[in-house]
Order: sequence, then structure tokens, then C-alpha cells
Amino acid sequence: MTKQAATARVCMMAGKIMLECGAETYRVEDTMNRIANAYGLKNAQSYATPTGINFSHENQDMTYFRRVTSRATDLHKIAEVNDISRKITAGELSVSEAKLQLNNISQAKLTFPAWLQIVAAAFVSGSFAIMFGGSWGDFLPAFLAGGLGFASMLFFDRLVEIRFIAEFFASFVIGLAAVISVHYGFGQALDRIIIGAVMPLVPGLHITNAVRDLMIGHLVAGLSKGVEAVLTAFAIGAGVAVVFAFL
Amino acid sequence: MTVFTHVITSFIAAAGFGVLFNAPRQALIQCGLVGMFGWILYFFLTKEGLDVVPSTIFAAMLVAVLSQLCAKLFKTPVIIFNVSGIIPLVPGGIAYDAMRHFVENDYTAAVQLSTQVMLLAGGIAIGLMFAEVANQVIKKTGEWLGP
Repeated sequence: MTKQAATARVCMMAGKIMLECGAETYRVEDTMNRIANAYGLKNAQSYATPTGINFSHENQDMTYFRRVTSRATDLHKIAEVNDISRKITAGELSVSEAKLQLNNISQAKLTFPAWLQIVAAAFVSGSFAIMFGGSWGDFLPAFLAGGLGFASMLFFDRLVEIRFIAEFFASFVIGLAAVISVHYGFGQALDRIIIGAVMPLVPGLHITNAVRDLMIGHLVAGLSKGVEAVLTAFAIGAGVAVVFAFL
Repeated sequence: MTVFTHVITSFIAAAGFGVLFNAPRQALIQCGLVGMFGWILYFFLTKEGLDVVPSTIFAAMLVAVLSQLCAKLFKTPVIIFNVSGIIPLVPGGIAYDAMRHFVENDYTAAVQLSTQVMLLAGGIAIGLMFAEVANQVIKKTGEWLGP
């Protein structure tokens, strides 16, 4: 493999990891171009959307393309890739070293254990219930409903491939838990409990990122992210509404 | 007392989202603090009677500035701090509310709430970008003025 082809692969790999970890598209393109420039590829062009990356440069007729299917938020990996790209631009890493390190990152499992994520989601839910105007009496119901909801989200996400369905069922569980807790006098403000408990699932970050992408001029990325966010919000609203419709 | 409650809960919310977004372990406290300061500013501004959209813009600006400082200090990308930092400001609750009205056939309220969500999301984006632009302008004028 020539050095140019190897460099292009390094760029593609860095871009793919960053997109899968939820980095903004302009950051992905910027990182890929920086790496390409540092290794001396002329006129490198990268085009990233949330679902795929294109990359080409002057010295080769081929255009590289990579499909990105899974998307999550993993800030740790973004930080690691950023670190590597910084080292590359400083000239501290050779192409093969960079490729090796990116491979390691791509295969590493850096996420927090599932139980810790569930506990964190539970605390987030309880806190949001209070921040949105609930009383301390609503902390525990929201805590439990949020933890239960996030746990079922993780469970359904593994069970069914379609994220929309997983979100729908998770918010259904949340709605059920909240209604039951209020019915038995355990919590008071139903709305606050539900809003707090769905916060770990709500695509607030996607909405903001979408608007940001649109403003910077990444119109395709902004629109597709916005649609993803709207779809998630719809799944959550529908899941809770089913509970209200039948009770 | 209420301020104290909000200080604690917003810290927990932002740091907890740091865990959900898998922020590097050593950055979790800073994430929580950035989110806390943003929310406290928002809380006071809305309490003083300012509308939610400008309050969100100012709070997002504060979050962005603090994130830039943290990023410089700890040599990590800005995204780690501002993503968890803006979480308390993000209109997730309203987005959910809007969708609930949609599926309950109450379209008037739903459209109203959706518009508010768009405005708030735009406000956060403007606040974040403003700080970034200010940072670039400072850097560039520094370069132009010579070493």
C-alpha cells in the first residue's frame, strides 16, 4: 500500500470513529483535512453527513466512501481521536503508528458500565424534576421512573434493532411508572415526574447540534440530525401518550 | 434555599449527563460545574423577569466561555464541556410537552410549544457560536497586532 492510500485510510478511520461518537460534522471534516494536510495530501476534500463520509484528494483518482450506521454519544473517544490528530499535526506520529492507535480506539470499550449509566440517569431524572419546579417529594418517583426508563431503553435497544421502537417502549415504561406512583400517593406532580424521567432520553443535544450545523452551513447534516431529533421526540411523546390514553 | 437546591440539582444533572455521554472521567466535575453556572445564570435572569429566550442565550454564552477556558486549561476538546454544560438549558422538557400535545390532538398548543423549542435551540446555538466567534476574533486581532 502506498503512503497516500494509507493516509487516506487513517483519515477515513478518524472520521468514522468521530461520527459514530456523535461529533459535529464540521469537526469531523476539519479533523480529516488537518490529518491529510499534515501527511502532505494535496487538495484533500472531505464531506461528512451523519450517515456517511466521502473523502478524496488530488493524487488519486479514487474517492473513498464509508457508511456510518450506528450513532451514539461517546465524548471520551472524540477526545482520544482529537488527541491523535493533534499529535499528527505536530508531526509526532507516523502513518502506521496513527493507524494502529486509531484501530485501538475504534475497538476499545470506553463506556461506563451499564449499571453506572442507569444510576446516573436516575439522578439526572430526579434533579430535572426539581429543576422544572417539582418539590423534593417528586425526587424519588422521578429517580425511580428515570432509572427504570433508561434501563428498559438499554434493554429494548439490544432486543430490537430499531431505535424508534426502543425509545417508544422506554417512555411507555416511564409513563406507566409515573402514573402508578402518583396513583398510590407516592409522588405529587405527574407532569414534573414524567418530564424529569424522560430527560435522559430526550434528544436535546441533537436539536441544538442540528441548529448549529445549519447555521454553520452544513445544511444536509443539520436537516438529517433535526429529523432524527424530531423522530425521537415523537417516539417519547407517543410512548407516554399511550399510557394516558388507556388510563 | 431554592437557589441552593438548584445549585445542587443542576450540578448533578450536568455531571450525570457527562456519565451518559461518556465524558472522560477526570472531566466529570468540570462538566458539572460548567452546567451549574449556566443554569444558575438562567435561573436568576428568568427570576428577574427576562424572557426565556434571551436568558437562554446569555446562559449559553456563559457555558461556552467557561467551556473554552476549561478546554484551554485541561487540553481537551471544547465539545466535552459544552455538551454536558448546556444540557440543563436544552428545551427537552418543552420538546416532550410539544410532542405530547401533538399525539393528544391538541395541535394549537403543540405548534406553539414546537416554535418555542426551535427558538430556544436557536438561542443556545447562537450563544455557543458567539463565544466561539469572540474567541476567534481575539486570536486573529492578536495575530494582526503582531507578536
